[in-house]
Amino acid sequence: MKFGVIVFPGSNCDRDVAYVTRDLLSVPTRMVWHEETDISDLDVIVIPGGFSYGDYLRCGAIARFSPVMPQVISHAQKGKLVLGICNGFQILTEVGLLPGALIRNRDLHFICDRSPISVERTNLPWTQAYRAYQVITLPIAHGEGRYYADADTLAKLEDNGQVVFRYHRENPNGSLNNIAGICNLQGNVLGMMPHPERASDPALGNTDGMDLFEGILAATANAYAQRRLSHQEFVEA
Amino acid sequence: MKLNLTMTEKLIYQAQIYVTLRPSVLDPAGTAVQSGLQHLGYDNVEQVRIGKYIELTVSAASEHEAKEQVDRMCDRLLANTVIENYRFDLLEQQPSINK
Repeated sequence: MKFGVIVFPGSNCDRDVAYVTRDLLSVPTRMVWHEETDISDLDVIVIPGGFSYGDYLRCGAIARFSPVMPQVISHAQKGKLVLGICNGFQILTEVGLLPGALIRNRDLHFICDRSPISVERTNLPWTQAYRAYQVITLPIAHGEGRYYADADTLAKLEDNGQVVFRYHRENPNGSLNNIAGICNLQGNVLGMMPHPERASDPALGNTDGMDLFEGILAATANAYAQRRLSHQEFVEA
Repeated sequence: MKLNLTMTEKLIYQAQIYVTLRPSVLDPAGTAVQSGLQHLGYDNVEQVRIGKYIELTVSAASEHEAKEQVDRMCDRLLANTVIENYRFDLLEQQPSINK
C-alpha cells in the first residue's frame, strides 16, 4: 500500500497530505514530481491543493498537460484511487476525469474558512468511515470553488449519486446544488474543494478529515485481502 | 549586411482570440463591473461580461492550416468549453526584411 502525492510547480498542500499519510498514518508515501512518468508503484494518487502553474489561464488548465497526467489517467482507468483536493479537484475537471468545472466564487472573494459539509454517500472507499448525511466540518480555502456543470450533467450527477460532499445549510461560493465534492461514475476518482488533510492532526483541534484517509486505508486493505483470497482459491483449485 | 532572399514557404499569422463565458454561466465579476459603471452614472449599461483576449502568432503554410491549428489550441487549452466559448480572427503578417 503506497500513497503518491503529485507535486506541480505551485502546489502547496502536498506536504500537508504527506504529513497525514506518512507521519500520522505510517503509510509509505512518495512525492511525485509532475515530470515523472512511472507511477506504477502507487496505489492511491493524491493531487493536492495549491496554485499549479500560478493558476495561469484557468486553475488546473496547464497542469493538465504535465507529463505525469497521462499516467494518472491510466491509473484511474484501471479503477485505482485518485483523490483531487481543491486545486487537485480543478485539475481533475480540466483533465476530464470528473465532469463540470470550478469557477470564480459567487462573491469574488478568496474564501478561507471552516465549512459544515454533509457526507452524501458512504458506500465509497473514500467515505465508508462516515455515517450517511453526517455533517462534518472541513477547512475550505479557494477563490475558484464554485462548481458548475450544465443542467444535463448536473441531473446525471444527482441521479447517479455522484455528489459525495455538499455544503450544509450555507453555500459559501455559489456552487450549483451546494456541491463540495463529486466522484466519477465508478467512484474511484474523487474531487473535493474542502481540505481533509488540514483536519486530520488532533493538534489542530479537528480530525473530521481523518476518516476519509482511514476509509481509503480500510478499502485498500480489503482489496488486498480479496486479491490474496482469490489468488489462494486459484492456486488451490 | 546580407539579405536573405530565399523566402520560406511559411506565412506568419497573428491570431486574436476572444474567450468568453458561456451565456449560461453567471459572471459575478461582470456584474460587479456593471454596478460600478451604473454608479458612475451609466445607468443604461447592461449585460457586462468579462472574458479574455489572447494574441499569438503562428507560422503555417496556409490560412486554412493556421485556422485549424488555432481552433485546436483553443479547444484543448485556451478555452474550457464546459464554461467558455471562443472565437478568433487571423491576420496575415508582413514578413519583416530588416532583421
